[in-house]
Amino acid sequence: MYSEKVMDHFANPRNVGEIEDANAVGQVGNAKCGDIMKMYMKIEDDIVKDVKFKTFGCGAAIATSSMATELVKGKTIDEALALTNRAVMEALDGLPPQKVHCSVLAEEAIAAAIQNYYDRLGIDKKVAKHCDGHCESCSCH
Amino acid sequence: MIYFDHAATTAVKPQVLEAMLPYFSENYGNASSIYTIGQQSRAAVEAAREQVASALSCLPREVYFTAGGSESDNWAIKGAAFANRKKGNHIITSCIEHHAVLHTCQYLEKQGFEVTYLPVNEYGEVSVEDVKNAIREDTILITIMFANNEIGTIQPISEIGKIAAEHKILFHTDAVQAVGAVPINVKEMGIDMLSLSAHKFGGPKGIGALYIRGGVRVDNLVHGGAQERNKRAGTENLAGIVGLGKAIELATADITTKSEKIAAMRDYIMNGILTKIPYTRLNGHPTNRLCGNVNISFEFIEGEGMLLLLDMNGIAASSGSACTSGSLDPSHVLLAIGLPHGIAHGSLRISLGEENTMEDADRLLEILPGIIDRLRQMSPLYEEVERGE
Repeated sequence: MYSEKVMDHFANPRNVGEIEDANAVGQVGNAKCGDIMKMYMKIEDDIVKDVKFKTFGCGAAIATSSMATELVKGKTIDEALALTNRAVMEALDGLPPQKVHCSVLAEEAIAAAIQNYYDRLGIDKKVAKHCDGHCESCSCH
Repeated sequence: MIYFDHAATTAVKPQVLEAMLPYFSENYGNASSIYTIGQQSRAAVEAAREQVASALSCLPREVYFTAGGSESDNWAIKGAAFANRKKGNHIITSCIEHHAVLHTCQYLEKQGFEVTYLPVNEYGEVSVEDVKNAIREDTILITIMFANNEIGTIQPISEIGKIAAEHKILFHTDAVQAVGAVPINVKEMGIDMLSLSAHKFGGPKGIGALYIRGGVRVDNLVHGGAQERNKRAGTENLAGIVGLGKAIELATADITTKSEKIAAMRDYIMNGILTKIPYTRLNGHPTNRLCGNVNISFEFIEGEGMLLLLDMNGIAASSGSACTSGSLDPSHVLLAIGLPHGIAHGSLRISLGEENTMEDADRLLEILPGIIDRLRQMSPLYEEVERGE
């Protein structure tokens, strides 16, 4: 069902936890759908210096969170925002169709954290991507 | 590997396999043929029918072989509905039935039938009073499962059978999980139709049976040849039928001793998990449940991760989470007993079988707390709880 990379990131997730002095925190998803992702970032000079996550969800949700943190760590804000769910999936050697929404959630979690960063600084920019409430729509990205 | 998913399927018992083997390449005759190897097959099919009849306390001619539990449920419900359409078009069932029953009822609703889906209490029990109150002039069928596949709760079958008989309404029960775990006597329990499936009790997959009480009219589901006394067409699944016969004989022999032994293991696991791990909840009735069923929800985590980590430790189990069902909603059974979505997603079902040992149970209790803790440490929901304390 899962690729070796997904299983590796599920069994040995990278960057799990919280960042005490995070200046960007975003959470997406809800318990009803069975997935919640929370991203913590430490952003300095427009660079994502550090990133950690906590996820309530299935194996794919944990693996996509882990991979997404790896893909944005050390990147500029713009590079992090350019990360697509497709890129996360490709980095994991694919996901089963019913798990594609997990990668969408990872993309949204990163955007939500960066939105929080802008909001804290009073920067008037809207980057957050919102769930439309229809879990099925994520599979079509 | 420790196998804790007997509600999903079981291994074919060696004696069952041994009984089946001659019927693939040696005694392969079509049971409808008149020559010797055909008649040998006929004899084998009828011997198996007697084994099933003996296990259910019914007559052999009241047993019809099918391709499994889903076909039996479909046949019983659609067959009874269409055969009795002139009498009425109302069916009573519960909201925690297997999808083979629920989706069949939903199909019948599209065909113009009306279906009442009875609620259950927090333990997953259907109320006998609710059944009584749901009966209408035009009720033609009551279909209530014997025991639930997810949470193990056993339903008041005899009481419902009595009410159905008093009102001259057909009573079908999906006993797929109950056969081999609970003693069943269809006559004493007032059951008119009963579905069973061989692979749940040490038989092969793809073979089942429907008990239809003599005199009950049910339309055919599979049309074609004259097999099964003109009621179910298709060349008999000979080896499967032989396997079903042997398996039900073994599974129902000494059933009380066996189920007591398994129930002791079940209680040991239930109590072990509930005392060792905080924020847990037992699903289903504490005592009135299948001897092999443990179903526990772990707050703040999702079930699939548990299953993957258990599998990495050589333990096979199941969950009611959406992620493991292929749908986006958690189990309809867990929602029906009142669990919030978040908690329903974090359920674990352990279903025990005869070959499980106390060592298996101890291994689970040794491994599980670490797995739950590991997933909780990753969960943003647990973080909030830890902060609150």
